[in-house]
Amino acid sequence: MNTLFDKIWDQHVVQQVEDGPTQLYIDRLYCHEVTSPQAFDGMRARGLKCFRPEKIYCMPDHNTPTHDQDKPIADPVSKTQVDTLARNAAEFGLTHYGMLSKDNGIIHVVGPEKGLSLPGMTIVCGDSHTSTHGAMGAVAFGIGTSEVEMVMASQCILQQKPKSMRISINGTLGKGVTAKDVALYLMAKLTTSGATGYFVEYAGDVVRNLSMEGRLTLCNLSIEMGARGGFIAPDETTFAYIKGREFAPKGDDWDKAVAYWKTLKSGDDAVFDKELSFDAADIEPRITYGTNPGMGIGITEAIPANGRMANSPEQNFQKALDYMGFKPGQKLLGTKVDYVFLGACTNGRIEDFRAFASIVKGRQKADDVIAWLVPGSWAVDAQIREEGLDKVLEAAGFAIRQPGCSACLAMNDDKIPAGKLSVSTSNRNFEGRQGPGARTILASPLVAAAAAVTGVITDPRTLL
Amino acid sequence: MKQKFNVITSTCVPLPLENVDTDQIIPARFLKATTREERFFGDNLFRDWRYKADGSLNKDFVLNDPTYSGCILVAGKNFGSGSSREHAAWAIAGYGFRVVISSFFADIHKNNELNNFVLPVVVSESFLAELFESIRKNPKTEVEVDLPKQTVTNKATGKSEYFDINGYKKHCLMNGLDDIDFLVQNQKKTELWEQQRK
Repeated sequence: MNTLFDKIWDQHVVQQVEDGPTQLYIDRLYCHEVTSPQAFDGMRARGLKCFRPEKIYCMPDHNTPTHDQDKPIADPVSKTQVDTLARNAAEFGLTHYGMLSKDNGIIHVVGPEKGLSLPGMTIVCGDSHTSTHGAMGAVAFGIGTSEVEMVMASQCILQQKPKSMRISINGTLGKGVTAKDVALYLMAKLTTSGATGYFVEYAGDVVRNLSMEGRLTLCNLSIEMGARGGFIAPDETTFAYIKGREFAPKGDDWDKAVAYWKTLKSGDDAVFDKELSFDAADIEPRITYGTNPGMGIGITEAIPANGRMANSPEQNFQKALDYMGFKPGQKLLGTKVDYVFLGACTNGRIEDFRAFASIVKGRQKADDVIAWLVPGSWAVDAQIREEGLDKVLEAAGFAIRQPGCSACLAMNDDKIPAGKLSVSTSNRNFEGRQGPGARTILASPLVAAAAAVTGVITDPRTLL
Repeated sequence: MKQKFNVITSTCVPLPLENVDTDQIIPARFLKATTREERFFGDNLFRDWRYKADGSLNKDFVLNDPTYSGCILVAGKNFGSGSSREHAAWAIAGYGFRVVISSFFADIHKNNELNNFVLPVVVSESFLAELFESIRKNPKTEVEVDLPKQTVTNKATGKSEYFDINGYKKHCLMNGLDDIDFLVQNQKKTELWEQQRK
């Protein structure tokens, strides 16, 4: 009761359906090319127009190649999906940031950086990482395609109200420990289903001291603990980030908005359905060793000796290690790495490129590592060049690719070959996620950079 | 497909793994379709578990084992975690499953199943363990899922459990109605709400 989640949710209730879900008003719908075509088809079949087209923003990101974007997409099926989004957006009168537009990028990177995702909003997208936008102080969650169609048709969605959870992380993060490590730590503690049924509010000194980029990373990964969404109450850091962005309120509207946003916090008397608290001192740079994001360890630790210690049924634990080619009790420091991927809606922002560059500066990419560095948007790409990070990266033997989701889920041609080991800043290490047979270790940009220059799993603190 | 739901009695396909994610249910490379081809998605359900890397059938996987059949999938805890892709629900429906029984479902996937007239039935850990055991002993074990009464029964042991579903969604499933029908009918209410908000 009286949590920030309750406040934002309650402000958007159109009606409570009798013995059923809530009809919730949605302020922003984002559409990408993969989970929207069947929704548009459904709208056509029902003869409907979008109820509030001005609240809907579309952009392709999953299928986009990360090179030669000025040429037609080579894969005809990917091309059709990307073209279909452009055609649907035009037909239904929606804003569309096409592949060649400087506005394009990964939807969860573009939304916040354009000021389209603002505190107090309800935000949805047919994508589980929509939780990212919670960093702005919004209630943001992923939905299925039928639900995308609901929002197109009515600007509303029918949902059961989730329970609320507060996760506080107090203390100070150690050297080389980032928001990504905090999230990987939480997933290991809670498992991939520990927050299912909940909306998470992140709090505590560590969260307050995170930059917006760090907060976006933390909220992005809420779904990997099973949470529908995660958010952070807006504060001066949030307001400073939003101010001046393309769709941010301007002039008098700005002052009014900030006055309202300042009210967006949980009351001192707020009661959460669940409260958890962690100490920053317990968190070191993290890596995963298994086939779900909850199967993670500190970089200096060993893989658990058995399933019970890994909080996983023995059958699942063994299946995961067989897939990864690892042994129970094995340490991963020094393990040879084939691929490094920096990017995705998790870690494709400017701060992630700064972190990566801080490690590779003055060093050289290991000869037998293939590295894909993919900015989250053209705006991130521009910032990289403005700050001269491109020069640092190029001097160290790295090339910057063009924006998109890329090897996070390998829907374009950025696929990790079967059997190869990838250190990836993305969000999922599921079997085949980065390509059939690909083996994924999830990690922060610092850990990825350390692997890229040494060719093996390396504690980045030894290179800082 | 809007199939009206009532009582379903069927043998089961057991998948006693936990944390089955939607990337396994339908890998990302099959998400490029621009139409709702349930047949296509159904053919690729659990693709990388059903087929080996060389494209040959993996005879060890349960969907390829003729011992097991039926329109009820019985799965381990935390079924459907990960990606929100509704294609996973389309694949399950397209393959011919009408019910998925587990002790725990991921939120988004559970909604996706309901929106595609596949019924997710949440049972207790002990009921699930016993059901897996019944199916192991006798692959022809039948389960009855009675939506009007909200009960699920293991016919081998006679054990029955009540399962939860809200009255609105139950009405929708039994009558072949969906949420979009409801929301479109309520547009006036939404407009009124928008005016009051200003």
